[in-house]
Amino acid sequence: MSDVVIAGIGQTKVGEHWEISLRELAFNAIRDAVKDSGGLKPQALFIGNMLAPNLSNQAHLGTLIAEYAGLTGIEAMTFEAAGASGGAALRQGYLSIASGMVDAALVVGVEKFTDKVGPEVDAALATTSDTDFEAVQGVTPASQAALLMQRYMHEYQVPCNGFAGFALTAHANGTGNPWAMYRKAIKPETYAKAEMVNDPLNLFDIAPNADGAAALVLTRRELLPTGFAHALVKVSGSASATDTLALHDRKDILWFETAGLSANKAMKQAGIVLDQINFFEYHDMFSIYAALQLEAVGFAVKGQGWKLAADNEIALKGKIPCATMGGLKARGFAGGATGVYQAVEAATQLRNQAGTNQIVNAKYGLIQSLGGPASTAISHVFERVQA
Amino acid sequence: MEIPRHWRLKQQRYSLMGEVCPHCDHKIFPPRDVCPNCGREAKEAYAFSGKGEVYSYSTIYEAPSGYDANAPYTVAIVKLEEGPMITAQLTDLGDQAVEIGMPVEMVTRKMRNDGDERGLIVYGYKFRPRLSVQ
Repeated sequence: MSDVVIAGIGQTKVGEHWEISLRELAFNAIRDAVKDSGGLKPQALFIGNMLAPNLSNQAHLGTLIAEYAGLTGIEAMTFEAAGASGGAALRQGYLSIASGMVDAALVVGVEKFTDKVGPEVDAALATTSDTDFEAVQGVTPASQAALLMQRYMHEYQVPCNGFAGFALTAHANGTGNPWAMYRKAIKPETYAKAEMVNDPLNLFDIAPNADGAAALVLTRRELLPTGFAHALVKVSGSASATDTLALHDRKDILWFETAGLSANKAMKQAGIVLDQINFFEYHDMFSIYAALQLEAVGFAVKGQGWKLAADNEIALKGKIPCATMGGLKARGFAGGATGVYQAVEAATQLRNQAGTNQIVNAKYGLIQSLGGPASTAISHVFERVQA
Repeated sequence: MEIPRHWRLKQQRYSLMGEVCPHCDHKIFPPRDVCPNCGREAKEAYAFSGKGEVYSYSTIYEAPSGYDANAPYTVAIVKLEEGPMITAQLTDLGDQAVEIGMPVEMVTRKMRNDGDERGLIVYGYKFRPRLSVQ
């Protein structure tokens, strides 16, 4: 099988883009990614989006965005897997190129949160859980995360503020990412004094919802334009897995089975073991998710994921750097765009273009996109290869 | 308005009607026609006792639309005596602090208004501290 490589990357700043519509957001990222690729002509457009039919009253994004980007005629459609929609679109883009059916694919993640506010957004997010048996009880993704965190802290006797390390690391790394929503480091006291949203989950345990779009151009290695301007990044592994939709249906709710399954499958395909991973872009929608991913993927044993953060081992110079460009917490959670942001950031690291956040000699990056409490997990291994 | 949707679920919502697997005796809630334990077909109805204990809980201060009038409220994952876990609101708490392991029992309560003030009122299960603990 010929190598699938990342030819172009593009992203908008994550934030409250009141003046920009869904289609304009997507186009801004597409324009930058196509330019970055040296002008490759995409034959297919794979969109990751979670809630546009609900938040923007707009379905059928494939055609909408293809047309708006001046690409009318190409194949285009949306892939939805809740928060993992971006990862799902990336996987579809990967499969299309790897199969040889498509020569150049655009993968675009886009989410427009700010056309609705407050309780309406919470209700929309709740549709990604089991509507009949979870959301009907007034449960939201944040309260599910709180249920997880409460039980976790009870079982493993985590001290108050034991999860602070996740937010501290994310915000420290956000300072070096020009595209991040928040670019200011926070102090432990800021975390300790933060408002309680769903106890024990406080404001700093939750990634902020915001608008954003990110894009990738994928192709096969031999189809890259001559004089390709960047270090070469290959998609070496790609895998996806599902668990029960409802959290309460799990045998062990404190184990993110899909995170481990999909990561192991992606690493096996890449021909590497865990020790070779230089950085991990996890899906820190909530700090407890980050802890459970670190455990299921194997960076920490069960019940000890929070300690990696508390001991500063997930910092840029730590044992396993995570959220290297700020993660969901500081870059912002742009819904279905998230998995594509992670991919853009991993490619930036592997191209050696991460500036003050650069992981020295990074060769392998693992990125993981979650839908719900790891009801879906989609993992990719990116590898820096010789041009 | 989602009248058929709520009507369809009345047995689960009002009487915790689930299933028991005829092959492995696994108790199933909500009903699903494939047993999550043994993977074989399971269609036999089974009414749960409604007794269980709190497995985890949290209080919601920022509620989604349709629920914001009731905030703050406490939700829990309840482990039913027969095995399955269920997500539900806790009610009738008074001043009682919630704890993991607290015995609770199912009651029928108003869940939300579907739509505006003239909309369907959705009833369903919530759990309260158990009144008669042996």
